[in-house]
Amino acid sequence: MKIYLDHSATTPVDEKVLKAMNPYFSEKFGNATSIHMFGQAASVAVQNARENTALFLSCDPKEVVFTSGATEANNIAILGLVRALETKRGLGKIHIITSTIEHPAVLECFQFLERNNDNVEVDYIPVDKEGVVDLDKLEKKIKENTVLISVMYVNNETGAVQPLEKISEIIEKTKEKRAQENSKFPLYFHTDAVQAANFFSCNVKNLKVDLLSLSGHKVYGPKGIGVLFVKEKTLLMAVQFGGHQERGLRSGTLNVPGIVGMGEALLLAKGQRKENFEKVSKLRDLLIEEVKKNIPKSVLNGDQKNISPSHANISFEGAEGEAVLLDLDFEGIAVSTGSACASGSLKPSHVLLAMGIPSKEAHSAIRFTLDKENTKEEIELVVKKLSAVVSRIRKMAPEIAKK
Amino acid sequence: MRDVINNYRFKDMYTKQVLEHFRNPRNLGKLKNHNTVGQEGNPSCGDVMKIYLKIDSRKNKEGKIEEYIKDIKFETLGCAAAIAVSSLLTEAAKGKSVLEAKKITKEDILKDAGGLPPAKIHCSMLGIDALRTAIKNYEDKK
Repeated sequence: MKIYLDHSATTPVDEKVLKAMNPYFSEKFGNATSIHMFGQAASVAVQNARENTALFLSCDPKEVVFTSGATEANNIAILGLVRALETKRGLGKIHIITSTIEHPAVLECFQFLERNNDNVEVDYIPVDKEGVVDLDKLEKKIKENTVLISVMYVNNETGAVQPLEKISEIIEKTKEKRAQENSKFPLYFHTDAVQAANFFSCNVKNLKVDLLSLSGHKVYGPKGIGVLFVKEKTLLMAVQFGGHQERGLRSGTLNVPGIVGMGEALLLAKGQRKENFEKVSKLRDLLIEEVKKNIPKSVLNGDQKNISPSHANISFEGAEGEAVLLDLDFEGIAVSTGSACASGSLKPSHVLLAMGIPSKEAHSAIRFTLDKENTKEEIELVVKKLSAVVSRIRKMAPEIAKK
Repeated sequence: MRDVINNYRFKDMYTKQVLEHFRNPRNLGKLKNHNTVGQEGNPSCGDVMKIYLKIDSRKNKEGKIEEYIKDIKFETLGCAAAIAVSSLLTEAAKGKSVLEAKKITKEDILKDAGGLPPAKIHCSMLGIDALRTAIKNYEDKK
């Protein structure tokens, strides 16, 4: 028996996606930039995938940039924007804002700029106890030279949905004010939407974002492919150089099978979104309810009404997360943990700490991420096994540590 | 169980010995007739280890009276490595003279564990610290 409850880590490639990709490895292997018929066959497939992606995002196909993954998309968005503003505009000191709960692929870009670029000032917006970005603090942090705000759509650890549309309103208001003052500083909005794509609309017109990152393998597509939506007229400069693919923003031979897979996966995701939201929400609510009923001292990290349908991040006080994870794995159940002991560092999850959760509780956090293929029977079995595992691990702890 | 452990994919991360002691810890729990305890915690990773000892006297080979660890038990809050290391440590210390038990090093425990991932090596020190604290508490009381 194997039960997979780690869909935020990665998802299996959908069979339809795999089928769509298959011809582009050996049969239609051409380089999409070659002019001959081999190249043309690949180029047509890429164009088709670009259109599917544009449909998913409600944008123009020209605004789609294929990357090697969401990490690269985030890096191009943040570092590329700063580089473009510095080189082309000569604005002097610029200010950029992100949240404290971002994925490392965003957070470390900001930290890199903070350490190594004297022209860039950085602010990190805190979150409330439910893991949602504090809008008041965000609004107060915007300065006259703020050029970028990057806030994720759905947090990968807790599933907390971030108020993107409200952030857009703040940004629009700021931009109007700047227009009146003839400010030379533009203001861009980037979102890492990796964890949102299965359940939430990624219509960039409604979200009013300038830059948006997606990952293939989180939406039943292949690993090694991602998307950066770049709104027309967004100032962006490449961070890697070569053959000028993707309008020069992402040089490198196009990963044709990956791109085909990405397009197909997004097409499926768009079609199944509402149905999946309903189905997975119900399963996840069942999991939370059963855990609360059967396992004492279990605490949901986040607000059940404002988290992604896939997510349940639960702390089991007095049971260290990695030990629970390992025991569950022996039972055939795959989950993930916020504990430091599984990450190689000594500090527990930066997301849980940012929510004000004490380090002891963060160490005992287990992240369950469900999907449409999970069943009610699986969830019931998981709770049964989990109850025994948590109880075994808790019994090993000395009294003083149990409190 | 042994088969599961032998074929386990975590074997790249944890050795057979570590997994075996995590799944079937030896000398786990409270020691009712203990005469000393030692507890150590690592504030940064949150691990806590408690060692209970029953120290008694016996005649050694040379016929001299010596104190030795007659019985030992542990309680641990921590990851799989922390639990396994505690278990391995109790096995290493049980029956040893107090003098010898004090000389158990991190290297000895790492050897018994068949090695640990680099990030987990601090776990092994925590157990040794708890053992030494227990012995020190006993000696201070005398």
